Amino acid sequence: MSVTTPDIVAAPQRGRSLWDDARDRLLANKAAVASMIVLAAIALLSVFGPILSPHNFDTVYRDYVKVPASLEAYPKADQVQPAFEALVKRARLNLESYERVGDQVVVEVTSRRAIDPRSVRYIDRSDMFKNAALTDLADEDKRGTLTADINYLHFYFGTDANGRDLMTRTFIAGRISLTIGLLATVVAISIGVIYGATSGYLGGRVDQLMMRVVDILYSLPFIFFVIMLVVFFGRNFVLMFIAVGAVEWLDMARIVRGQTLSIKRQEYVQAAEAMGVSDGGIVRRHIIPNTLGPVVVYMTLLVPKVILLESFLSFLGLGIQEPMTSWGVLISEGARNLQGSAWMLIFPSIFLTSTLFALNFIGDGLRDALDPKDR
Amino acid sequence: MTDKQTRRVLDIKNLKVDFETNTGTVNAVRGVDIHVNAGETVAIVGESGSGKSQTMMAAMGLLASNGRTEGEVVYENGNILGLSIRRLNQIRGKKITMIFQEPMTSLDPLYTIGRQLAEPMVEHGGLTWKQAQAKALDLLKLVNIPEPERKIKAFPYEMSGGQRQRVMIAMALANDPDVLIADEPTTALDVTTQAQILDLLAELQKRLGMAVIFITHDLGIVRKIADRVYVMKTGEVVEQGETRRIFTQPEHAYTRMLLDAEPTGHKPPVPDTAPVLLEAQKVKVEFELENGFLQPKHILRAVDNISFALRKGQTLGIVGESGSGKSTLGRAVLNLLPASGRVVFQGQQISGKDRGAMRALRKDMQLIFQDPFGSLSPRMTVGQIISEGLLVHEPSLTAKDRDARACQALEEVSLDPSMRNRYPHEFSGGQRQRIAIARTMVLKPELVVLDEPTSALDRTIQKQVVELLRDLQKTYGLTYLFISHDLAVVRALSDTVMVMKKGQVVEAGPVEAIFEAPQDAYTKELIGAAMLTQRQMMESA
Repeated sequence: MSVTTPDIVAAPQRGRSLWDDARDRLLANKAAVASMIVLAAIALLSVFGPILSPHNFDTVYRDYVKVPASLEAYPKADQVQPAFEALVKRARLNLESYERVGDQVVVEVTSRRAIDPRSVRYIDRSDMFKNAALTDLADEDKRGTLTADINYLHFYFGTDANGRDLMTRTFIAGRISLTIGLLATVVAISIGVIYGATSGYLGGRVDQLMMRVVDILYSLPFIFFVIMLVVFFGRNFVLMFIAVGAVEWLDMARIVRGQTLSIKRQEYVQAAEAMGVSDGGIVRRHIIPNTLGPVVVYMTLLVPKVILLESFLSFLGLGIQEPMTSWGVLISEGARNLQGSAWMLIFPSIFLTSTLFALNFIGDGLRDALDPKDR
Repeated sequence: MTDKQTRRVLDIKNLKVDFETNTGTVNAVRGVDIHVNAGETVAIVGESGSGKSQTMMAAMGLLASNGRTEGEVVYENGNILGLSIRRLNQIRGKKITMIFQEPMTSLDPLYTIGRQLAEPMVEHGGLTWKQAQAKALDLLKLVNIPEPERKIKAFPYEMSGGQRQRVMIAMALANDPDVLIADEPTTALDVTTQAQILDLLAELQKRLGMAVIFITHDLGIVRKIADRVYVMKTGEVVEQGETRRIFTQPEHAYTRMLLDAEPTGHKPPVPDTAPVLLEAQKVKVEFELENGFLQPKHILRAVDNISFALRKGQTLGIVGESGSGKSTLGRAVLNLLPASGRVVFQGQQISGKDRGAMRALRKDMQLIFQDPFGSLSPRMTVGQIISEGLLVHEPSLTAKDRDARACQALEEVSLDPSMRNRYPHEFSGGQRQRIAIARTMVLKPELVVLDEPTSALDRTIQKQVVELLRDLQKTYGLTYLFISHDLAVVRALSDTVMVMKKGQVVEAGPVEAIFEAPQDAYTKELIGAAMLTQRQMMESA
């Protein structure tokens, strides 16, 4: 070719895609980066927290119902003696002397009848003591020395109204809430994007029909819809995100359809048409990749919405069932016990709100990163 | 223009403009000295990216928020650069005014023309609404808007592009400005409208005695209206002087290149024995316009009974203003639009075939668009864009073969194949148009419909693209349907020319006959307005 091209510069092999640019702009956004770190921390805690925690999420500590959050271990020093005395009394023994040796309690007990060695079970059954043992039996077994180790437990977030460790429950609730948020969003996005892009691209009567279906689904009350599903299929975790996803894709379909209508008139789509590319190829290669910007942004805003929806359903009793829990359930319990045990509301709320905040900031950051002109 | 005073009304001294971006500082303007005397017309010429607009935007304090300025802008013995917005507003919009390229977006679609003209007079000029309306009417008369009494109550969408630009000029004139800055005011307009607006500006200047700074990339306009010219390149003034001198004795190599950028040469004719590749008979395209509920539908005939035949290797130029139906005709011929009439391509009738049946033929008939920014999918790499057609038409090729073909196509359009993994936004306008050409060439087509392929490009780039198209035609014996409003380009590339107006052909014939001896009044007007330079006239003689 005889043509000269002075505007060519020596170029690296690999090109920078628009996504690369967007990622750089996103990483330059401090609020978004901080939010991503927070979100990652919460996600890691939710996944590994219940495994690492010394408590099971459904273990009931009857002696520790509604104990406040504390960095110190339970039982507290002043709780030990009265608790032990009460236990000894329940075992129908008389307390003669009380002595505390380090983490061990040593008492002398007497009884009118011979002491049954099985009565140590009364002590062991308590959450505060373990390894109770009866030694030095004398006076025809009517006198003896009772020793028991103090069972130290940590409840950093306190316990709930049933005496379950709130920290473990918050973590396990995070698993449920984040999973529902993510899965329902994925369900909503995949249906919505495919449906909206198809409807918008095909246009005409097909578009009319497809969008009227969306309108009809819109007019169904969400709660009614969920109750119907629950009645037919029973309460089920999977059902929940299907229900939520099945409702939330409607918004997505409308957004994507609108995007598609404008992308359809772009010259690169006309160019593909002129080249004989099939409808499927155009939707797949040209339309969907170009709608993904707003879709990604909408997704980060949809996840918190779904988490809140799940909380609402659980609040109504249509969602997660005991002993499994979610942030929404924990918060609704916390709200009922607000007087006197505020920690039951505070800790799950901190997790839920920081997740929502983080997702919203990430969404904002993504919008700016993907559309720098609109800032 | 006749009584020139030597008083400088606006004096830009050593102006520098920098932009802070993510990738570092961009020096958009690097120390520019420009002055304009009272009553004088000064043109600033340069290609896109030369900093000509940014210079004036900086002088008016209209830079984007990441811009920094340095230097002096002297108006009436005071430096106005870096003044507070309050102080600046007493000058700009009143004594120094601007008109922009886009008359479509500069007017608020929700208010009538009269209200938009009167509002600043009421808000800032202290007039009552009644006085302001009267003055607005005077202004509309001044800019020669037909039926000013009716148009003052019109909304922007009811006016044509040229009329809107006239309204913008009227707004700029409202406060008897000393300096009018016109930033490419005619670029978005048709050639005949463009000529009218330029005449109006020249006449107004004579009557009102203001100074005009005219920013443009079009040397034809400069030659017609400017007293003095500044040539800008990459943020610097490379040459300045009297218009006549610049055109006759350009000193700087860049100025010479700009002057030389008019596409030249002619296409060698195709022998009459060449087979007919494309034949169109009585092609008609109609659009139904909804006139609202229960109103009868209005039928717009965009293409009205057009017939032509195109031999292999020929180029048919289709000329006309926007709205004349030339792009519609191009798409109708490719069966991308429902049309009536008969189109025969390679001996097969293609009119009326559905999309599936057309698919096999699409390989041989291609379309290239005007806007190299819009016609490439932004999220695909150049390699993917170019090889997409192969995916459809030669599905047996492996990914490796496709890649090799894409490289070959890139080489054909003189682009480095190693850039095929980059994305379209990393390329300049000219390079993108080359990519669009490569996308069609990879399929080895017979017929290419070129829809204004050079209109969005700078003159020098335009020339390169024209030469590329010409080379490709020679190498592969391509047949072109060349749609353009740019007569110089059409003349350089076509065998025959068709002049269209309102969907109909007003004149058709060999390129020489049309340009040398136009018969129809409309053709004459078009050719007159296009201001083909003297050099070309001489060359063709």
